[in-house]
Amino acid sequence: MTTTPAVLVLEDGRAFHGRAYGAVGETFGEAVFATGMTGYQETLTDPSYHRQVVVMTAPHIGNTGVNDEDPESRRIWVAGYVVRDPARTPSNWRSVRSLDDELAAQGVVGISGVDTRALTRHLRERGAMRAGVFSGPALGDHATLLERVRSAPVMTGADLAAEVATTEPYVVPAVGEKRFTVAAVDLGIKGMTPRRMAERGVEVHVLPATATVDEVYAAEPDGVFFSNGPGDPAAAHHPVDLMRGVLERSTPLFGICFGNQVLGRALGFGTFKLKYGHRGINQPVKDLATGRVEVTAHNHGFAVDAPVGEVSETPFGRVEVSHVCLNDNVVEGLRLLDRPAFSVQYHPEAAAGPHDAAYLFDRFTALMEGQRA
Amino acid sequence: MPKRSDIRSVLVIGSGPIVIGQAAEFDYSGTQACRVLKAEGLRVILVNSNPATIMTDPEMADATYVEPITPEFVERIIAKERPDALLPTLGGQTALNTAVALHESGVLAAHGVELIGADVDAIRKGEDRDRFKDVVTAVRAATGHGESARSVICHSMDDALAGVAELGGYPVVVRPSFTMGGAGSGFAHDEAELRRIAGQGLELSPTTEVLLEESILGWKEYELELMRDRNDNVVVVCSIENLDPMGVHTGDSITVAPAMTLTDREYQILRDIGIAVIREVGVDTGGCNIQFAVNPEDGRVVVIEMNPRVSRSSALASKATGFPIAKIAARLAIGYSLDEIPNDITERTPASFEPTLDYVVVKVPRFAFEKFPAADATLTTTMKSVGEAMAIGRNFTEALNKALRSVEKSGSQFDFGSGPGDPRELGDRHALLAKAAIPTDGRLNTVMRAIRAGATPDEVFEATRIDPWFVDQLFLIKETADALGAAERLSPELLTEAKRHGFSDAQIGAIRGLREDVVREVRHALGVRPVYKTVDTCAAEFAARTPYLYSSYDEETEVTPRERPAVIILGSGPNRIGQGIEFDYSCVHACFALSDAGYETVMVNCNPETVSTDYDTSDRLYFEPLTLEDVLEIVHAETQAGPVAGVIVQLGGQTPLGLAQALKDNGVPIAGTSPEAIDLAEERGAFGRVLAEAGLPAPKYGTAFSFDEAKTIAAGIGYPVMVRPSYVLGGRGMRIVYDEPALAEYLEHHAGLISEHPVLIDRFLDDAIEIDVDALFDGHELYLGGVMEHIEEAGIHSGDSACALPPITLGASDITRLRSSTEAIARGVGVRGLINIQFALAGDILYVLEANPRASRTVPFTSKATAVPLAKAAARVSLGATVAELRAEGLLPPTGDGGTLPLTAPISVKEAVMPWSRFRDAHGRGVDTVLGPEMRSTGEVMGIDTVFGTAYAKSQAGAYGALPTKGRAFVSVANRDKRAMIFPARALAEHGFTLLATEGTAEVLKRNGISATVVRKHSEGPGPDGEPTIVQLIHEGQVDLIINTPFGTGGRLDGYEIRTAAVARGVPCLTTVQALSAAVQGIDALGRGEVGVRSLQDHARDLTAARKG
Repeated sequence: MTTTPAVLVLEDGRAFHGRAYGAVGETFGEAVFATGMTGYQETLTDPSYHRQVVVMTAPHIGNTGVNDEDPESRRIWVAGYVVRDPARTPSNWRSVRSLDDELAAQGVVGISGVDTRALTRHLRERGAMRAGVFSGPALGDHATLLERVRSAPVMTGADLAAEVATTEPYVVPAVGEKRFTVAAVDLGIKGMTPRRMAERGVEVHVLPATATVDEVYAAEPDGVFFSNGPGDPAAAHHPVDLMRGVLERSTPLFGICFGNQVLGRALGFGTFKLKYGHRGINQPVKDLATGRVEVTAHNHGFAVDAPVGEVSETPFGRVEVSHVCLNDNVVEGLRLLDRPAFSVQYHPEAAAGPHDAAYLFDRFTALMEGQRA
Repeated sequence: MPKRSDIRSVLVIGSGPIVIGQAAEFDYSGTQACRVLKAEGLRVILVNSNPATIMTDPEMADATYVEPITPEFVERIIAKERPDALLPTLGGQTALNTAVALHESGVLAAHGVELIGADVDAIRKGEDRDRFKDVVTAVRAATGHGESARSVICHSMDDALAGVAELGGYPVVVRPSFTMGGAGSGFAHDEAELRRIAGQGLELSPTTEVLLEESILGWKEYELELMRDRNDNVVVVCSIENLDPMGVHTGDSITVAPAMTLTDREYQILRDIGIAVIREVGVDTGGCNIQFAVNPEDGRVVVIEMNPRVSRSSALASKATGFPIAKIAARLAIGYSLDEIPNDITERTPASFEPTLDYVVVKVPRFAFEKFPAADATLTTTMKSVGEAMAIGRNFTEALNKALRSVEKSGSQFDFGSGPGDPRELGDRHALLAKAAIPTDGRLNTVMRAIRAGATPDEVFEATRIDPWFVDQLFLIKETADALGAAERLSPELLTEAKRHGFSDAQIGAIRGLREDVVREVRHALGVRPVYKTVDTCAAEFAARTPYLYSSYDEETEVTPRERPAVIILGSGPNRIGQGIEFDYSCVHACFALSDAGYETVMVNCNPETVSTDYDTSDRLYFEPLTLEDVLEIVHAETQAGPVAGVIVQLGGQTPLGLAQALKDNGVPIAGTSPEAIDLAEERGAFGRVLAEAGLPAPKYGTAFSFDEAKTIAAGIGYPVMVRPSYVLGGRGMRIVYDEPALAEYLEHHAGLISEHPVLIDRFLDDAIEIDVDALFDGHELYLGGVMEHIEEAGIHSGDSACALPPITLGASDITRLRSSTEAIARGVGVRGLINIQFALAGDILYVLEANPRASRTVPFTSKATAVPLAKAAARVSLGATVAELRAEGLLPPTGDGGTLPLTAPISVKEAVMPWSRFRDAHGRGVDTVLGPEMRSTGEVMGIDTVFGTAYAKSQAGAYGALPTKGRAFVSVANRDKRAMIFPARALAEHGFTLLATEGTAEVLKRNGISATVVRKHSEGPGPDGEPTIVQLIHEGQVDLIINTPFGTGGRLDGYEIRTAAVARGVPCLTTVQALSAAVQGIDALGRGEVGVRSLQDHARDLTAARKG
């Protein structure tokens, strides 16, 4: 375990001292906190965390090491990693190396030994903000470091999907008998999402974020999927246009997370930045149609601004808010009443998180089934 | 779904006396449920025989029945109260079993009572191992995960022998069905063990059923706490990981929350299985606990069991997360859904979420093997611990070290003081590893010693199967200790690092060769102090409104400033024999009373089972160890926050009392009786002077520093004498010796005693009546709380003795003498608050045995028996209120006191409950059940009725099951008891009992015209024609009542065999003649069919009216 000093500097001037964790050096991003007690490997590799410095509220991180089955994408995306007590010795029958080594190997600058609860409370009260993590030779006087943090780009207005999405299309084959073809627009897709569809007999054609309507329809899909991803939905002009193209054709459509925000914008709703976002695997979401509550995985800093409890008229027909988060009443899902399209702000694919919302993939296949009949 | 409108009254069943496996956690859950249901406007009817509970406080329910929890008594309550519903899931296995019995007998249907919270089918599916196996099979089909350990159900020994072959041989696990806390379970490594454990299990199981199972020893063990509502919403409240792998009962394991060594995928598999299980079992509303074993090699998951009710683990989970499971279960039972219930801590988010922790919780069990020297201390699947301590830290090492010191037992903390790493001093690491391989109390210390002696992480894992991550954490602690030892000086960095790993000032001092207070001074000078963080259910995602705090060496504190003066109340720590729920009761009452009086109440305690550690009880809760260091830091933090009126040390038993002087020396204001006064009462010489000044006699005593001295002193006092070590309390090691050889044997047995500590020798008052008095003194006026007359003679620890209040054979002149003596002592000692005095009335002399200027174990009993909240009054007195003011306020009666109860006042009998059936010696035999001067009971019950006989009968029914009214009674008494036995034995015969007796006793009976059948002693063996011995008869269920008083030396073994057989068969066994006389009165009352039920509120109403009249 390193004893190299490190510091985390927030754009409002508060600093937290600790020790270097993972790579030594410097990094910048938006400081956000994630409250899951399990699933650090999935979190680190979730492309939605691109350009974010992630603060883990669970104090012990790295206990189960790193394996090669659990990553959600090809690399770690977080810009920086803030923990309190990293494990010295990983313990798990699937572990192949330590998290510390993995972070260092991927050049991810982290800091440990931080009062993560104090930092979380600060972010909760002041909102997510820019931060820098500095260790070893990157350390300097506070004013200089603060200046560098303040000159880093902000999250609002950032168009990041293309930075994380695949550049080449690829196909995830159906498990067992193929029943449907889905074109999945990769805005930062997690590996578990196509897998959940594939388990239901869906052949998933994953396309780059820059895909055109023609490219989407090239595989003659039964349904179109818009994935999660990083950045400000207000800057996602291309995906919104693409989504409208799909809506016009009334192809069964499903969106998750960023995909939900893109659907909101395509329908004419606004999106806004939450003060400190939802990042955890314990969030209560209510399905307004059934009254049932599901415990769900969230990772979103933005939300759709749509009226809850009423039906809205849009260019694509009537729309209602299907799900809300019970903690703060934020819109967590949209459903079109006149076209086969719906989306959720949270993560039914889980990874990490509970499987309560996995039924939404069945809902998507049912839509495709219905469209065929 | 909103509250159901068709339920207007609910019967809640409590869990009865505190026993191993069913303790204070059910007072916590039951109290929460009663409060919630009352707040919802329902009429709450409660039955619980345990007077020491908060839930049986009259204000917690509309009708409180302190009656035995048996189907017969509960039926009478139902018939009288006609509740709409019965909530059986909050009173442990006792409540569940009673509810099932009432369902099966048709009582519930006949009275139109709906079972809410769980239905009988769900209870059976959860508890019947065969049906639960089907549940697991269905769950596997649905989720693709989870299985049962391979097993066979057996109803006879032949079944069991065949079963072992079917499972592929030994070892196998034996689990009796439908027993509480896993009673009677164990590992059988060969046929002899199988015969013993399974034989006993078949007897213990109400359905004569045991399960044999493949061994999954050494697997990782986990628990999930789940809740489900009527809309089928399910949440997992908490995951718990056992540090001790499979093989040790979870109640006896060191456990950690949240789970530390699972990836998300593995955790979600457990979660999926858990949710599928709660649905499949059909727990419609409420909580359940599910236990899992995970194979560390490949992740294979075995579902071990589920409890369709709140449990000890759910209490732990509630305290660990801030999510009040019992409270929410009660709301769910009356129709609410999870999303309709607010999260208490954040107040603005709903309960339909899963708590997330940004800290680590460690629970450490507390054992009492020192009280049962014959008992086998190896930990198995049968729970043996009597209490537990929980600690919270920002990391595992901090929480673990805090928990180990919270257990408050010498040797419980890691000891780094002895020669660092010197293998000769520590012992051979292989020997230490071999020792650590067997789970026992304090195994972790052995592991640490092995590590210090050079064991590698792999070796530790191989020996103990403790997960390598935990093993590494132990190495981290050891390396921190090494760094402390090696450093040239204590730098702020080093100190901070050690504190972040939970090292106490005392531990650091031991390593550095410094006194604890010197370390503290250095630490404070360097500015190294703890901060306090909040348990908030959500890892700071939302603001917490409820100050539930724990310390940590981190950056930012969350203690908020306050205006009102605070009173800090120190609790009693982990439950143990001699210091249990009774003290928690007094602390909770202090919180209530002081809050009403306008103070801000601050509770400090580390026992997760209790009501005092419910964040609802006080204004601020510090879940912290009760050591000087931890308390001083809290006092400091609270002093920074606002004015502190005082610290109450007199209500939590010996734990806070032991801190009083040191706190005062550190400038902390102690409320009420001063530490000097406490000392005065405990120091024999000084106390002797108080008595002399007041002209009160005490039995003769002396202190011996050698055997010769002991002989001389004993001879001077005259045998029998009571001998005990001078340094312990609670009667530990105390013995009555009748002659010099016995004295010699005692001293030899405790050889270390006389060389290290002197021995106290007291005159033993044979045939004396022992009397307990609880009183309140404000400096001017005495309020005599209650006078309790012991049923057993002096010499049996007051905690183990049955007693009656008001006293049944004392007259007004005796009470007057007791009152004036009590007042003289209270005044002489300087009491401001409660005092408990034990007297012995021998001949016509009233001796003072001892005085304790603090809340006693009997305060809740006295309070309930006299309908006066003594502890509340004591808390107020300790902060300056007078008895006169409290009378005017209405907290105390306007006139009179507990010594002037009207003749119409009900009689209350307290009976102690002993844990005999829990313990076995190394050969699997039961431990002896004879009462003595050392306290060994775990709990108590109360019987209340208008006359003594009925009250006594109720106390027996509550403690051990009803007294028989007919059948065969076996009588065998010591010579000195033979005279006293004749009268009650005749009464038994007249009631139609057939008397059996050993030869000597039978002879005495016959000479007195009482016919008795002679039966063979155990030592005589079966007769030539196969005539059975008494022990055989007991085992065959041929005996309904046993009277067996211990025989000095002769016949000792016979008595032991009889009493252990009685315990095994659950036959009432009276071991004193006084108890026999009381039982006869009880049997008499039962025979007349006079036993009714009456609520405390009704009793109190009459008592108040009688007081006025």
